[in-house]
Amino acid sequence: MLYMACVLMGWLNVYAAVYSPETQTNLFDMSTEAGKQLMWIGTTVLLIIAILVINYRFWDTFAFVIYGITILLLLLVLVAGSNVNGSRSWFKLGAFSLQPAEFAKLGTALALARYIDYPNVNLTKLKDQLSCAGIIALPALLIIASNETGSMLVFASFIIMLYREGLPGFYPLIAIVIVALFILTLIVPKLILFGVILALGLLVFFLTPRYQRSVQNVMVIGITAVSMIAIVAGVDFFVNSVLQKHQQNRIKVLVNPAADPLGVGWNVTQAKIAIGSGRLQGKGFLEGTQTKLDFVPAQSTDFIFCTIGEEHGFIGSAVVLIMFVFLLCRIVILAEKQRTRFARVYGYSVAGILFFHLMINIGMTIGLMPVIGIPLPFFSYGGSSLWSFSILLFIFLKLDSRRVGMFTR
Amino acid sequence: MIENRKYIVIGVFCLVGLVYLSRLFYLQILDDSYSLESSSNSIKRVIEIPYRGQIYDRNGKFMVYNTPVYDLYVTPQKVQIPDTAAFCQLLSLERTEFDSIMAAAKAHSYRKPSLFLRQLSKEDFARIQDALVDYRGFEHVTSSMRTYPAHTMANALGYVSEVSRKQLEEQETPYYRQGDYIGRSGLEEQYESVLRGQRGIKFVMQNVHGVVKGSWKDGAFDSLAIAGKNLHTGIDVEIQQYADTLMQNKVGSVVAIEPSTGQVLCMVSAPTYDPNALSSRFFSKSYSKLAKNPYKPLINRPVMASYRPGSTFKLIQALVALQDGAVSPGSIFSHAGSPMKCHCNRSGRLNLSGAVQYSCNPYFYHVFRRLLYNNAERNTFKASAMGLHHWHDMVSKFGIGSRLGIDLPSELRGSLPDADLYDKLYGEKHWKFSTVYSLSIGEGELLISPLKMANVAAIIANRGWFYTPHIVSGIGEPGKGIDPKYLEKHDVGIDPRHFEIVAEGMQGAVEHGTTTLAAVIPGITMCGKTGTSQNKKGKDHSIFVAFAPRENPKIAIAVFVENAGWGGIAAASVASLVIEKYIKRRVDNHALDKKVKEANYLPAISPPKKPAPKRFVEPPKDSTAKPMIVKTVPARPVAPAQPETHSLASRPVTTNGN
Repeated sequence: MLYMACVLMGWLNVYAAVYSPETQTNLFDMSTEAGKQLMWIGTTVLLIIAILVINYRFWDTFAFVIYGITILLLLLVLVAGSNVNGSRSWFKLGAFSLQPAEFAKLGTALALARYIDYPNVNLTKLKDQLSCAGIIALPALLIIASNETGSMLVFASFIIMLYREGLPGFYPLIAIVIVALFILTLIVPKLILFGVILALGLLVFFLTPRYQRSVQNVMVIGITAVSMIAIVAGVDFFVNSVLQKHQQNRIKVLVNPAADPLGVGWNVTQAKIAIGSGRLQGKGFLEGTQTKLDFVPAQSTDFIFCTIGEEHGFIGSAVVLIMFVFLLCRIVILAEKQRTRFARVYGYSVAGILFFHLMINIGMTIGLMPVIGIPLPFFSYGGSSLWSFSILLFIFLKLDSRRVGMFTR
Repeated sequence: MIENRKYIVIGVFCLVGLVYLSRLFYLQILDDSYSLESSSNSIKRVIEIPYRGQIYDRNGKFMVYNTPVYDLYVTPQKVQIPDTAAFCQLLSLERTEFDSIMAAAKAHSYRKPSLFLRQLSKEDFARIQDALVDYRGFEHVTSSMRTYPAHTMANALGYVSEVSRKQLEEQETPYYRQGDYIGRSGLEEQYESVLRGQRGIKFVMQNVHGVVKGSWKDGAFDSLAIAGKNLHTGIDVEIQQYADTLMQNKVGSVVAIEPSTGQVLCMVSAPTYDPNALSSRFFSKSYSKLAKNPYKPLINRPVMASYRPGSTFKLIQALVALQDGAVSPGSIFSHAGSPMKCHCNRSGRLNLSGAVQYSCNPYFYHVFRRLLYNNAERNTFKASAMGLHHWHDMVSKFGIGSRLGIDLPSELRGSLPDADLYDKLYGEKHWKFSTVYSLSIGEGELLISPLKMANVAAIIANRGWFYTPHIVSGIGEPGKGIDPKYLEKHDVGIDPRHFEIVAEGMQGAVEHGTTTLAAVIPGITMCGKTGTSQNKKGKDHSIFVAFAPRENPKIAIAVFVENAGWGGIAAASVASLVIEKYIKRRVDNHALDKKVKEANYLPAISPPKKPAPKRFVEPPKDSTAKPMIVKTVPARPVAPAQPETHSLASRPVTTNGN
């Protein structure tokens, strides 16, 4: 528990320090992003204290209320929000802005935990599956409506928690297969893919022992193959017709980053250059040239990892990566120890959300994921994300502390 | 079962972590292309142009220095001009000019500075500097411009200009870049590597817009620009300027050498021009104007023009003959048998120094005859060939017929004929003394530059040796660092006592002989020799070589005045005034001074009927007479080895004044 706090504080330090070079001014200057971030950190500490003081039952009891408030905020932002980079998802309060989408994750996590906590909920049942899907889909759709697709994708992370809580492995498997096919479609010519799928289907069919070739099994194989082909065909349509232009580009760049290094590939190319130039030890604190000189776009927010990679090299970025993975595992292990299902579900949700952010954010800077504008937890500049991640994490810690307290008592 | 799913979840976390870790490992450790790209991305090499070396005269006076000029740059994004009209007035710009410059700057870049005004002088800049504070977005960069405070010696100093495309492509080690300045002629070219210094390289970081954000690693990898070394020359600017004024309205050369060191004291190429004309931003305009000038001021005549030395060559003939034993100081020759007329009418009464004094043509006809036949060979054809070969060896020690090796880039070789040349022209054993006798008085296939004649004077002044003439006497500091070849004494292989005979004749020539009073300087014993370079195209060229004083000579000089007519008077007057000025530091003979300055020997320029000859090859006037050969020599094809003379000589002449 204390240990976790230390790790968090360490990150905040790294965060604040790493962050300052790009402004080249006083770290505490309130007019810069670093200064503002310090203020956000300060307020976050207050929030943390508040969370630790508030009775753990508060979250349990008011889970749906909080969920409702975030949904309301999401609705409100569609009407009253201000337009930032084409997304209508920010509340502007003077110099600072808030992004309700960040808090929607928290609300959804709490609501899901509360819902699954009901003793009779069984995720193998279609009804409960649909209920969960509804709880997730409502904020997700609202976020899409505010044109912030990146944040919406985070809601997919709840599948990890649902899986742990008994969702049949079938669902995540389908998700993985779809994603895999999606990527393959972009890389491999369609006809070859069709052929491979058909060949695989026939192979499975013939390898199946004759006595097992029931009509049912053959049907399963056939439906699988046909639906895979349908997905492949659909992906093409999806990419070219449904996605917006910049989203298409981001996906294409992922597949072929060298296609247009100065145009749509700029972000990824520059991010890779920045990280790659860090080598083993990095250029040293405040010595980064790529990030400091604005080559990497959004370096203080979504591409913050570039700064770590460049200035602290492989060692620095590996340490950050390992710490994150360690944190994730720690959360999972702690979640498993929870007495209440609520706490466990919540813990898994936190781990899932963090994991998803981590995977997408770092993945995009090193060219393994398409560019999706979501922040790196605890590192990226921005009050909303820092607040929401901290609240997310510390509510779990509060829940956990209650467990520890029960032990000691 | 379901509890085990936590391991799957943890497994997935760790798997993704591992994949990312290995990807990072690949990007940051294995693949170094990214780190290379990052350097070219954000770190920019900025070249610092060092100060070009300056050039001093022998007394430490500036001949060339750098004047700071200011280039004004504008960054459109930052521009704030409260009152455009006032701003234009401040810079004396038209509003339309201002608009077009700004439009060009914006087209170039909004964020990066663009050139706004070039080469503002210090005065202009001082005037506008204070006012410029009110206008944002303008910054100045100091650069420099070559300035020639003495306004003289343009050709020998040379000029600098932007490096040409050809030079860029041909450089062995890539040093110059587009837009760099390079020395183009004269000393600027010869000493380019010394003068230019060493360029500094500064690494600066620039952001994505190319705006410089400070030095990289606090300049740990920067190399400082090393300023070019200064050149100290042996030139005496006062003498140079004085000789300039004497040579006004004349075409020709004045070369003076300090005999004891070989340092060039002055080197006038007339007509000259103000070297400052080629250093300003008006370079191309000035240059094309000079290039079109019919008197060809861009030719550095002291080293690039060649003349037949005429009677001045008799000095060498006398020395060579004495050394060879062909004649003795007391030899007396009658005029009998000489096809050349005597101007002195003292036939049969002159000894060698007398012959020098009165420049007796028939005497030297016989001297040269003796020289060629001064061997055991009875066949006159063979004897001539042997004799000429021997003569060629001896004369070439005076530096005739080859480049002396002065520190200027454009020295021409001139011509000293040898037996091979005549074999080629006439066939072996088809020529003998009577074919080539015009060499005896410095005509024929001889071509000698003014610099070489000045060096001959220096050799006689030194009684038999010389240092290769050079302009630069010190690199970096006076007396240091020059090419060791300029410190090497060359002996011409003539016994010093023979020089006294010749010097005696030269002193006589000045005091009683061919120059008669024109050249006499009260209080200074000058030894000199006149010459006439025959010129079939116009009036003959007047030549005078001299040194003074006779004992312990301080100056040796050669003066060539084109088209100044027969005899050495015009040249001798110039030479004596320069010598007087150099030794006494003043000129007392005001009448002569005035007369020389007023004299105008410029050949009239008539528009050429045919396109002007490309180089300095003299076009034949008609098909029979060949311009390079004295009239008594039978017509023959023009020798191919005669690349240089001066085209002015080929123009019709109307006589001007004296």
